[in-house]
Amino acid sequence: MTTSDIEDTPPTDTPGPVRHASRTPDRVSENLLVVEDLVKHFPIKGGLLQRTTGAVQAVDGVNFEVRRGETFSIVGESGCGKSTTARLITRLLEPTGGKVTFEGHDITHLSDAKMRPMRRDIQMIFQDPFSSLNPRHTVGKIVGAPYKLQGVTPEGGRKKAVQDLLETVGLSPEHYNRYPHEFSGGQRQRIGIARTLALKPKLIVADEPVSALDVSIQAQVVNLLEDLQEELDLTYVMIAHDLSVVRHVSDRVAVMYLGKIVEIGDRDDLYDRPRHPYTVAMLSAVPVADTKRRHQRERIRLEGDVPSPINPPPACRFHTRCWKAQDLCRTEEPPLLQIGTAPHSEHKVACHFPVDPPASPVG
Amino acid sequence: MTAAFMDTPASSYLEVEDLQVHFSTEDGVVKSVDGLSFHVDRGQTLGIVGESGSGKSVTSMAVMGLHTASNASITGSIKLDGQELVGASRETIRLLRGKKMSMIFQDPLSSMHPLYTVGNQIVEAYRIHNDVSKKAARSHAIDMLDRVGIPEPAKRIDAYPHQFSGGMRQRAMIAMSLSCDPDLLIADEPTTALDVTVQAQILDLIRDLQKEFNSAVVIITHDLGVVAELADDIMVMYAGRAAEYGSAEKLFNAPEHPYTWGLLGSMPRFDQAPTDRLMPIKGTPPSLIQVPSGCAFNPRCDYQPRVGPACLDQRPDLVDNSSDHFVACHIPPAERQQIWAQEISPRLS
Repeated sequence: MTTSDIEDTPPTDTPGPVRHASRTPDRVSENLLVVEDLVKHFPIKGGLLQRTTGAVQAVDGVNFEVRRGETFSIVGESGCGKSTTARLITRLLEPTGGKVTFEGHDITHLSDAKMRPMRRDIQMIFQDPFSSLNPRHTVGKIVGAPYKLQGVTPEGGRKKAVQDLLETVGLSPEHYNRYPHEFSGGQRQRIGIARTLALKPKLIVADEPVSALDVSIQAQVVNLLEDLQEELDLTYVMIAHDLSVVRHVSDRVAVMYLGKIVEIGDRDDLYDRPRHPYTVAMLSAVPVADTKRRHQRERIRLEGDVPSPINPPPACRFHTRCWKAQDLCRTEEPPLLQIGTAPHSEHKVACHFPVDPPASPVG
Repeated sequence: MTAAFMDTPASSYLEVEDLQVHFSTEDGVVKSVDGLSFHVDRGQTLGIVGESGSGKSVTSMAVMGLHTASNASITGSIKLDGQELVGASRETIRLLRGKKMSMIFQDPLSSMHPLYTVGNQIVEAYRIHNDVSKKAARSHAIDMLDRVGIPEPAKRIDAYPHQFSGGMRQRAMIAMSLSCDPDLLIADEPTTALDVTVQAQILDLIRDLQKEFNSAVVIITHDLGVVAELADDIMVMYAGRAAEYGSAEKLFNAPEHPYTWGLLGSMPRFDQAPTDRLMPIKGTPPSLIQVPSGCAFNPRCDYQPRVGPACLDQRPDLVDNSSDHFVACHIPPAERQQIWAQEISPRLS
């Protein structure tokens, strides 16, 4: 049995609904999730007595809110704390400090037992569709597991519900008795998504949902996620490093660097008018699939590597690599402040010397 | 600007003719590469683009003589500077590696020896090809580390690979690959494991070093953005064969193969206003044991019904449609150009 024997019928051939008009949050901008001063330090133990000798400051005081129905993305390079943030809001990790509020309930320090009912509403899609599915379980068992764990009997029985879910994500109901190894990467990611949808969650946290997939398959899954959001009224928190994909899917974006949010704003504000030097440098580094412009683009080359999160630079953490850094940046930490010109602008930057916005919007 | 590979093919530094790499397995013969021809000149960069299983890495390993498994069968011709590599002894190829050709791998951690310092590994490669003292080789290694932008090279040369960050390791790997001024550099997904700012540094580095050494470069990637940055020529591979091959300008601005259109439609464009929908290719890449008959892309191609049965039972040859643009597709060239101009291109921008 090879992967190609399984007919893939993605629901992507028909043009989808025009989404952008309906998802701009002019309906109700109600916060589904609020994160305040979130901190996660992983202790480093060493020596004979395994005493704590330091801490990896993975997430260090992060604030944001996620509104119902939107896609909120967190971008940043490896080690910036974006995946840790995802695991904190899904409570796979216990926060060191701060507060996570979901639909008005403080879930920061809920016990496993008390968290369990909340897990129906908060689900996660993982990056690697190979290690996140049990190879010894059939697709039916994998996708039906949430029902079993939560003791839910869906209408029409579990098997019927699982087969409906498989159809929703573009797989065939006949795949019910197959095993994960019979599927390709893109199909496995669909199985993972079907499992995520089983309990009709309100919030889906997707940690690099498409980065392990081939380009053509990646686009299928991106379209699927968009369709599902529309149909099922989902809210996404997307963790990703691919800035092109993030721009395509997001309503709002936060940029993280060494455990802190350095810039946050609407997708267009952030991509067309980036103000933090790190955002500017990162965006300028994205390779563009256009041969005509390859020599015209101005690229900001960052020197060196990201410093260690065990001992991050004082004050502004980016000052060691920033071309605009001055003495102030080394002594005083810049707060995340509103910078947009519009009165209700939600564009915020943590920088003493933000980059001037371009004279005319790019695009 | 004409594509380099058309000018004087006879004098190209690397010439691959009708390369086939097959592996016999319990399930059948896997035709990883099945009839592939291309060439690269010194000072030129060829980008090979394709999805997993398209045969791009197998091709590069074949050029480097790294298919030593007993079930691998390689036929066709690979000529490096006029010298035939298919059928050459392992010793012959070993002597060419490093000096005449060199490779940068995707994952530098698994392609460096964890128990030797970075310096040792560069010195070893250098001394195989150059009769110099250990001391001279060491100072050359420090030079190389400095050239690829490793801070404090005289100190870092004694570090072990695990003490480097991902980007530094990739740089050390490049320093090692370039330590003998190779004439041909093959970079297999050199930046896939790296963050975007580091990727930009590495791509700049490859570009600068190529200029300096006038090497021929083959860059293998799934990222169309990366090839657009670096490549002069591009070959798009599908199921072990070339679907389209031509200058980067042609491939990005007037592509003619439905698979290339599909790749461009699948990719969110960073340089344009965001679109509402991506246009993915339907289905999944084929199994290389049972490649679809006729055109391997036919089950996923939206245009197959227009052409009819030829796609299902005749394998299209890679044909030169204009002076420097090769396409393997049964749609007549004029119609392809029309489809691109009227149907595909407007949807992409």
